[in-house]
Amino acid sequence: MTDPDMTDIAKAQKVGILVPAGMLGAGFPPDTITRGIALGADVIAIDGGSTDSGPYYLGTGMGKNPKEAVLRDLRILLRAAAAAHIPLIIGSCGTSGTDSGVDWVAAIVEEVLSSAGLDLSVARIYSEQTPDTVIEHLAAGRVHPLAPPRSLNAADLRRCEHIVGVMGHEPIMQALHDGADVILAGRATDTAIAAALALMHGMPAGPTWHAAKVAECGGQCTTSPRDGGVFAQIDATGFTIEPLDPNARCTPQSVAAHMLYETANPFQMREPAGTLVVSDATYTALDHRRVRVEGSAFEQAAQYTIKLEGAAITGYQTMSFTGIRDPKILAQIDVWAHTLEEVLTSRISQVLGLEPGDYDTDLRLYGYNAILGELDPHPAPPQEVGVMLLVNAATQDLATAIAKVANPLMLHLPTADMTHLPSFAFATSPAETERGAVYEFTLNHVVDVDDPCQMFPIKSNRTAHV
Amino acid sequence: MSEPAVTLSDLATEVRCKNAGPFWVTIEAFMTDPSGYAVADRLITAELIAGLYAVPVDDIQIFRIPDLNVVKVSFPRQVSQGSLHDRDIHAGQHHVLLGRSPIQTGDGRTSLPPT
Repeated sequence: MTDPDMTDIAKAQKVGILVPAGMLGAGFPPDTITRGIALGADVIAIDGGSTDSGPYYLGTGMGKNPKEAVLRDLRILLRAAAAAHIPLIIGSCGTSGTDSGVDWVAAIVEEVLSSAGLDLSVARIYSEQTPDTVIEHLAAGRVHPLAPPRSLNAADLRRCEHIVGVMGHEPIMQALHDGADVILAGRATDTAIAAALALMHGMPAGPTWHAAKVAECGGQCTTSPRDGGVFAQIDATGFTIEPLDPNARCTPQSVAAHMLYETANPFQMREPAGTLVVSDATYTALDHRRVRVEGSAFEQAAQYTIKLEGAAITGYQTMSFTGIRDPKILAQIDVWAHTLEEVLTSRISQVLGLEPGDYDTDLRLYGYNAILGELDPHPAPPQEVGVMLLVNAATQDLATAIAKVANPLMLHLPTADMTHLPSFAFATSPAETERGAVYEFTLNHVVDVDDPCQMFPIKSNRTAHV
Repeated sequence: MSEPAVTLSDLATEVRCKNAGPFWVTIEAFMTDPSGYAVADRLITAELIAGLYAVPVDDIQIFRIPDLNVVKVSFPRQVSQGSLHDRDIHAGQHHVLLGRSPIQTGDGRTSLPPT
């Protein structure tokens, strides 16, 4: 493995990282950026993505945030970075970090640069992988499952709409070394974007990765997460963190607790190059709003690995939604729902000639037990229930046909003791909504690589750097 | 009529749940003080979690963090994220089952924790 050649980069005494918010497009008060720059920021880093909203975004390559929200944040950040002569690094562009996501953010950046008359060099780092490349790694025994393990074969990879590798800090460091002012990274670890500049300037790995982890969600590690981001300063022995809003506070508790957030293991966090270990970290209040952290360690791994993410289409979905307010039905809502499922299965067989293995449905009783389902042992009798029927099938037409077969039942299905046909409250006309393709995450694997940059080509808007 | 049970949530500043990546769920009980932590520490076992969430005992990880008065539990997601049968995409509402667990004394009666 080779790191980019950093021999001509001066070692710094400390490196300041400004993280404006947990996600590009989330918004932040502009004066918090001014304040972070005044505190001595050497870089602005912000995450542009996450898997948390589900496989749809990777499956389609579409972003979760509206363009206007990303544009608003970029206007402020690009001007601030240009004025302070510090780099701006954005990770996991366009939510899932696909090539289309990087290019989407790049187009918005160009729009801002041109309207603001800013002349900045922009590097795009792509993270998308072809199925064939990953199949080659798989055949060579370089792909390994993470827990909980799942099988993987070439067909699974070919089914994926998009596959991305989750880059570490090295490709970002390479782009910084090449002189980029703005770095738009495809899928990257949340921490890599905040760690890259500090590692490039020789800051120790333990404090750097820990600071990056605490800072990556912006204000989440403060006592008022909605009031803007944080500033972390890393030095030879640890790091100091404070909120950008002067009225917000970081406390030893709020900073230590952030290691719990969205992590399975709060003491160890795997990066491509190794593992951050915070079991021996100490958290000390410097005053009522700044915290000093020391004792974080980084254990280099024997093998450098890149995590893979992939999303495939599992079918097409149609949704139907009706409401029930009649207490007679609600008193036996379980029985009613069970009857609906039975009658529907039989009608689909009669009308469409399909058996349960050919399609799948999910009937949810919102207001009763929709969210927890069978885990909810004794839900209280509801006052009102929203009945959502989701249908998955091989084509959109088929999913809609099934939902239409369900329509008269969702309008009129009586309970056994009724001598008349009740009518329920459809929420919309038509009752059915076509939801398009639906996706699943198909990969929970890593691939062994020798060179941290090999999977992540960099393109610059400048032909050459001086 | 029996008295309402004291639950874990009653002794916590927050019980929360969230995805930890697409394949894991993590739940945290932030207890208000060390005596509340002691109650949570006793209550939260792999067996309790296995029963509440229908997860195999061997798949459950529990982290006990007295410095923060926190017990944290992680286990593999039982329903693939964003799939047809996933009714909580961010796993943001599954803390309720743990939070409403009654606090029991040795004789099986519900009581406040020792102070």
